[in-house]
Amino acid sequence: MVGSLSKTDPQPSSHMYRYDDHDRAIVAQRVAQFRDQTRRFLAGELSEDEFRPLRLQNGLYIQRHAPMYRIAVPYGLLASRQLRKLAEIVRKYDRGYGHFSTRTNLQLNWPKLEDVPEIYAELASVEMHSIQTSGNDIRNITTDHFAGVAPDELVDPRPYAEILRQWSTFHPEFAYLPRKFKIALNAAAEDRTVLRIHDIGIELVKSAEGELGLRFYAGGGMGRTPVLAPVIREFVPWRHMLTYCTAILRVYNRYGRRDNIWKARIKILVKSLGVEEFARRVEDEWADLQDSPDVITDAELARVARHFAPPAYEELPASDPSHARHIETNRAFARWAERNVHAHRVPGYAAVTLSLKQPGVPPGDITGDQMDVVADLADRYSFGELRVSHEQNLVLADVRKRDLFAVWEAAKAAGLATPTVGLLTNIISCPGGDFCSLANAKSIPIALAIQERFDDLDYLHDIGELDLNISGCMNSCGHHHVGHIGILGVDKNGSEWYQVSIGGRQGKAAALGQVIGPSFAAAEMPDVVEKLIDTYLALRHADERFVDTVDRVGLAPFKARVYGEARELARAA
Amino acid sequence: MPPDLVIRDRAVAADPWRYVGVASADELAQALPEGPVAVPLAYWLEHGPELTRRGTPVGVWLKPDDEPARLAGHLEGLALVAVHFPKFTDGRGYSTATALRRRLGWRGELRAFGDVGRDQLFYLARVGFDSFRLADHRDPRSALGAFDDFSLRYQGSVDDPVPLFRKRGDPPREARRG
Repeated sequence: MVGSLSKTDPQPSSHMYRYDDHDRAIVAQRVAQFRDQTRRFLAGELSEDEFRPLRLQNGLYIQRHAPMYRIAVPYGLLASRQLRKLAEIVRKYDRGYGHFSTRTNLQLNWPKLEDVPEIYAELASVEMHSIQTSGNDIRNITTDHFAGVAPDELVDPRPYAEILRQWSTFHPEFAYLPRKFKIALNAAAEDRTVLRIHDIGIELVKSAEGELGLRFYAGGGMGRTPVLAPVIREFVPWRHMLTYCTAILRVYNRYGRRDNIWKARIKILVKSLGVEEFARRVEDEWADLQDSPDVITDAELARVARHFAPPAYEELPASDPSHARHIETNRAFARWAERNVHAHRVPGYAAVTLSLKQPGVPPGDITGDQMDVVADLADRYSFGELRVSHEQNLVLADVRKRDLFAVWEAAKAAGLATPTVGLLTNIISCPGGDFCSLANAKSIPIALAIQERFDDLDYLHDIGELDLNISGCMNSCGHHHVGHIGILGVDKNGSEWYQVSIGGRQGKAAALGQVIGPSFAAAEMPDVVEKLIDTYLALRHADERFVDTVDRVGLAPFKARVYGEARELARAA
Repeated sequence: MPPDLVIRDRAVAADPWRYVGVASADELAQALPEGPVAVPLAYWLEHGPELTRRGTPVGVWLKPDDEPARLAGHLEGLALVAVHFPKFTDGRGYSTATALRRRLGWRGELRAFGDVGRDQLFYLARVGFDSFRLADHRDPRSALGAFDDFSLRYQGSVDDPVPLFRKRGDPPREARRG
């Protein structure tokens, strides 16, 4: 059955959204439009100021070394044929690798501006695009990377995410918002989407009567003023997902600040109006949309949901004897299985994280050749599909337990089996000052230096679960606010410094980290992290994670250890 | 001097309108120019009756932060409602237009003016604008193709409130450049 999913199969079975003629026409027309805009810019008919918002709405930045081109991976879902196309693209138009971002998109760091329309057309050939991956518009919708297979899921959120994707694509009223706008969806008991750092977070819930609906959070965000989004409305019937989003976006578009880029996100508006007044204005707009044709029909939900029908799972026992034997006899495999293999709702199956956190390689980076390996693994073992996680790893969602050993061996050979998911060196990092023109400081060398310092797997596993996140500037692309340890690059008089916070966390109990004190030079960072870890190891109770110890004892012991020695030295001097 | 141009009904025509008080509110202290004039919202609300007695067409123009709801009950006598875009990246006018068309029921001419260019026309037309005065350095004649950039629309808006998902079964319209 799985063997029939070969590359040459004319009608490969699919369990993700496939374009029809309408979707194809829309993307093709976008490519033509952008080709013409690029031509007019290169011909001098459009000024840089006029072209900028247009290219951003197509994912194109002008960066330090070259343009940066961001390709959308809607809610993180990719087919093997799409990943092979991406491999081809990074080899043909870039330097043979790409970077997966926390918004589950793929970034190319070295394309040529004049090639971008060609790349766009190549993407369209595999039902992909770069629409609204940047700019002050509605960005890529994200959801759980275990959507559809997670045991703790209420319903599959992907049909809702696809319906949102279509609605937000070229929304005429919301293309020139005060700032970027990010929407996430979660339908599981645990939150793997960092829902409440989003401009809109939508949680699929059931009412007491058993009716499916949506809990709306709005006004979350990171950046200079991190905020966890408050609930705006406890329950909205699911068929009003688009009308309620319209109401929120309309209030934001009309009243969000435009005078100061740092105060332009919706979180500032929600704070300044107050949650109640903001919600009242949304309700006022929504009242007018009750009979809108944008109310989702049963037929449309059913049509989209059919695309995400479960694959033809085999009936298997819950555990597999060969897998159990490999766990017992192969310590390295057992360690990988402990960290990188995840529960699946179907007996005999598991989800697998293919790590993009290989020591010595920037977090989230992947070569074209590795993409080909992953595409082959997806075809052979996971129904031809894979996901991108916001932690910048890849996921094979539907692997038979008896195939796990073979997947591990192949992944290991390709440098994709670093067994550190959930551990300190599974670092989330933005590209930082090496590539990004917004950054205040470099991120990647800090990530690599920390990974090098903590290269002993036994020690890492002993430290236990720890999220370390790095952002090169306040835009917070590396999610530093919700890292158990968060590192933020800051600029002080033209040199690069790093501010450290601890106690942040993602998940249902999401929290923002607190800054421990004055910032550090790059060279100090591995030592600082080591001191934080030493403090934790000395204080921890059994089974207590780093972040739990921080919650229990507070910042003081950590500050004392990190700054104490420096202060003594200063006093002695 | 060549006449000012405007796009109306997807064709280029002369623009006889004068937009008073855009550059400076001082203009309102002087005598209004002859011919069709569009005045700021507050001025219209205060001087509406005397303006309509002039016997020439009267319009009102809105700033990005003007509340369109203030026009409720004051649309009679207007030959034009215009929305000013000081910068094309300021998208408030798109919601202003939506409110004028949907909540206030304005059926007359709705014009976008200011920093407006070819690449905004498709979205502007979708939210209910039907005439467009481009930025002075822009040639409207080369912008007319923009209305056909897309033959399909995923979501409902003022131009067509019915989203694509309610007509997926229909045969797709001819894609212009697909």
